[in-house]
Amino acid sequence: MATIDYPLDRPRAVEKEFSFSETLYKWVATVDHKRLGLMYIVSSIIFFVIAGLEATVIRTQLIFPNLHVVDPDTYNRLFTMHGTTMVFLVGMPFIAGFANYLVPLMIGARDMAFPRLNAFGFWIFLFGGLLLYFSYIGGGGLGGSGSAPDVGWFAYAPLTERAFSRGHATDYWILGILVSGIGSIASAINVIVTTISMRCPGMTLTKMPMFVWTMLVDSWLIVIALPPLTAAQIMLLLDRYLGANFFNTQKGGSAVLWQHFFWIFGHPEVYILIFLAFACLNEVVPVFSRKPIFGRQAMVGALVAIGFISLGVWAHHMFSVGMTSWSNTFFAASTVLVGVPTGIKIFNWTATMYGGKLRMTVPMLFCCAFLLQFLCAGLTGIMLGMAPFDWQLTDSYFVVAHFHYTLAGGLVFGIFAGLYYWYPKVTGRMFNEKWGKWHFWLFVIGFNLTFLPQHMAGFLGMPRRIYTYPAGRGWELWNFLSSCGVPFQLAAILFFAVNFVYSARKGEPAGDDPWDAWTLEWATTSPPPEYNFEKLPVVRSSRPLWDLKHPQDPDWKYNQ
Amino acid sequence: MNPYSLLAFLQVQASNLPERKIANMFRPLASPGESEKQVALLTFAITGAIFVVVGGLIVYTIARFRSRPGDDLRQEPPQVYGSNQIEVAWTIIPILIVFVLIGVTARVVAGVQNASPPKTTTHVTVIGHQWWWEVQYPDYGITTANEVHIPFSLDGAQATYFMLQSMDVAHSFWVPQLSGKTDVIPNRDNYLWMNPKAAGYYYGNCAEYCGTQHANMQIRLVAEPPEDFKKWTLNQQTKANEASEAAQDKAVFLSLSCVNCHMVQGTTAIGKFGPDLTHLMSRREIGGGVIENNRKNLRAWVNDPQGIKPGCLMPSLKLTDRELDQVVAYLETLK
Repeated sequence: MATIDYPLDRPRAVEKEFSFSETLYKWVATVDHKRLGLMYIVSSIIFFVIAGLEATVIRTQLIFPNLHVVDPDTYNRLFTMHGTTMVFLVGMPFIAGFANYLVPLMIGARDMAFPRLNAFGFWIFLFGGLLLYFSYIGGGGLGGSGSAPDVGWFAYAPLTERAFSRGHATDYWILGILVSGIGSIASAINVIVTTISMRCPGMTLTKMPMFVWTMLVDSWLIVIALPPLTAAQIMLLLDRYLGANFFNTQKGGSAVLWQHFFWIFGHPEVYILIFLAFACLNEVVPVFSRKPIFGRQAMVGALVAIGFISLGVWAHHMFSVGMTSWSNTFFAASTVLVGVPTGIKIFNWTATMYGGKLRMTVPMLFCCAFLLQFLCAGLTGIMLGMAPFDWQLTDSYFVVAHFHYTLAGGLVFGIFAGLYYWYPKVTGRMFNEKWGKWHFWLFVIGFNLTFLPQHMAGFLGMPRRIYTYPAGRGWELWNFLSSCGVPFQLAAILFFAVNFVYSARKGEPAGDDPWDAWTLEWATTSPPPEYNFEKLPVVRSSRPLWDLKHPQDPDWKYNQ
Repeated sequence: MNPYSLLAFLQVQASNLPERKIANMFRPLASPGESEKQVALLTFAITGAIFVVVGGLIVYTIARFRSRPGDDLRQEPPQVYGSNQIEVAWTIIPILIVFVLIGVTARVVAGVQNASPPKTTTHVTVIGHQWWWEVQYPDYGITTANEVHIPFSLDGAQATYFMLQSMDVAHSFWVPQLSGKTDVIPNRDNYLWMNPKAAGYYYGNCAEYCGTQHANMQIRLVAEPPEDFKKWTLNQQTKANEASEAAQDKAVFLSLSCVNCHMVQGTTAIGKFGPDLTHLMSRREIGGGVIENNRKNLRAWVNDPQGIKPGCLMPSLKLTDRELDQVVAYLETLK
């Protein structure tokens, strides 16, 4: 067998000075997957900060009973924008960003399959996001003042119909999300085509890195799950402007129909989001445990199983809408069942760590916290899947706690693991480890302090989405504790931001492969050149750099 | 009877009922709530065990295999790729647990949803409005608002069946100590039943986001002994107080636009958009639970509802002080 040729340490390309307008042109007109990936990630981080500040106002309002920091309408707009932003303008573009940057590098390709579609996807997502936020200026309609949508991120009909939602705020919600959804679909199609057709010689599907596998399944889910939302949003627009009455209950439309449409999208959507965290863990955990991923085939199988089952669980958001007992039982069963493959993933990551030599770097710390917090989220998910218990829990603060454990304690922790892990590759410099650890510990404390008490508020009957609450119903302590977690999280994010900005200029040079890792992105320079690889690599196992570094003990000798 | 002694009388009467302000779903006092709690406890036991085992394993793995200063980092650990036996084990065991959970769910879902009504049943129709509850008793010809009265019995033999409807957007009817929630959806009839086993003044909330004042769409459910419930229905069935001393105040009330939205049985006020006021003073709170019902609050509310419950659908009518006094004086006769 020919030797595999990827020199591990090569001289860095000479950096040319560019003027501001040249730089701007380079970024705006680029079709390079790495630049587009970076722009996706930076926009996501900016939207993440905005959404975090919105949440800060929300928690300030709820710190004491009967507090009126903002008026009810403002509050309702804030939680609508917080949820919408986090899902559509943080989670989704983070997926596109990570996939764009890493998939071609990991499969040894020079770019995505459709570079221009890729650029289109990014810009249309960004304009969708800006359109949503433009509602603060234009949402009141002609001559009206600005008003953001206040219908919740799920926008339940008929609250969104013209009878109950005047002005254009809801239209901004519909159009902003619809447009950025087109970007997500474009990016997903691109990832699918790239992984199917552009893998380097020798990389069969069984040897494809787990990150890429996760992104492939994730992209299929996006392609399947997003169109129902887009369709429903168009139907809603027809209702609002052409008198279609799909969801207009005043004229015989169905409010429940919207809920079905929304959750047929909405539940796969949460798996779409968490898959990004899975993808990051699939790379970070093995590298810092110094062991290959445990049960690779089982991990891929579990991934595909979650994808399939997640398409059949949507109505567990609707146990209280008065479905028949058979429907409720069916959706309870499918919901609890999805816990099995999800459990397999947690077990396999733990088994990967077991017997390893854990390097407790910042990305690994985030993975460890992910495992414990995502375990909690999974178990509260089973509670919510038990339909009779859900009749009590749904739409209470328990649900708020549950999905923040999945999407913040899970997804955001997974994203931070990924950001820290690939930071040296992207910038060519190391981040400050000490500040990274401050970020981690403050974030763990802040996150758990904020969301753990919300379970209790839910048990005591506190409903979601209320702008204030009376004293004396047992909710004061839990809300107070919950709000106390916020400053910790803000401080953590400050450490993160300062670290990333500062280290990009002043950090220690990282070299090509600072983590002693095994996948192809570490075989090129940091940052990688525009063409990624001078010579396309040839691989014989799922850990090509391991094979290279351990010629006496390569992976491909073993049956895997 | 002057208004003050009336209020005092009502408060004494109300205080006979235990306040159930802490709506703890783990202290259920009716059948659906009890069986939901049973499911919850079983789920806690199973998920708790899983948490201890898996969480313990994760923590142990981190603590045990953490590399320490001085470890030779060049020395790689043994490369283990997986084990089919282990994978099969941790697939089969969760599947068995899942079957238990599904079985329990199916039984309780069917038990609650397909229960047939007992002999003594009260029928109540609850209609959600932005942001208050209309409560009708078809068997008694009563319409009231926000405060739902139902009978209870210690053995749970007194069941109440609710038909849930909405006039506008989706709401959800939730009194945690009695039963889980059921959504209140326009253009659709939903059903909910409960059989309280303890008297009480129960607190609940609208649990589906329904617009600006979702937070102040609270539910008060009064479960009282059947004889008290009977007395209450008899009082509610009477027409409005027509005491002659209130005639002038009444005329003022009827001359204002209050009557476009509010109903006072037996008068020309036949509006249906807002809560029925025929027996307003029998209710402990106003504005969907936003403030207590007393003379001072009532006056403040009529004067400026938008100041108390911003965004609610009752306008501030800009009444003169004199009109305000008269309207409040009349309202206070509506026991």
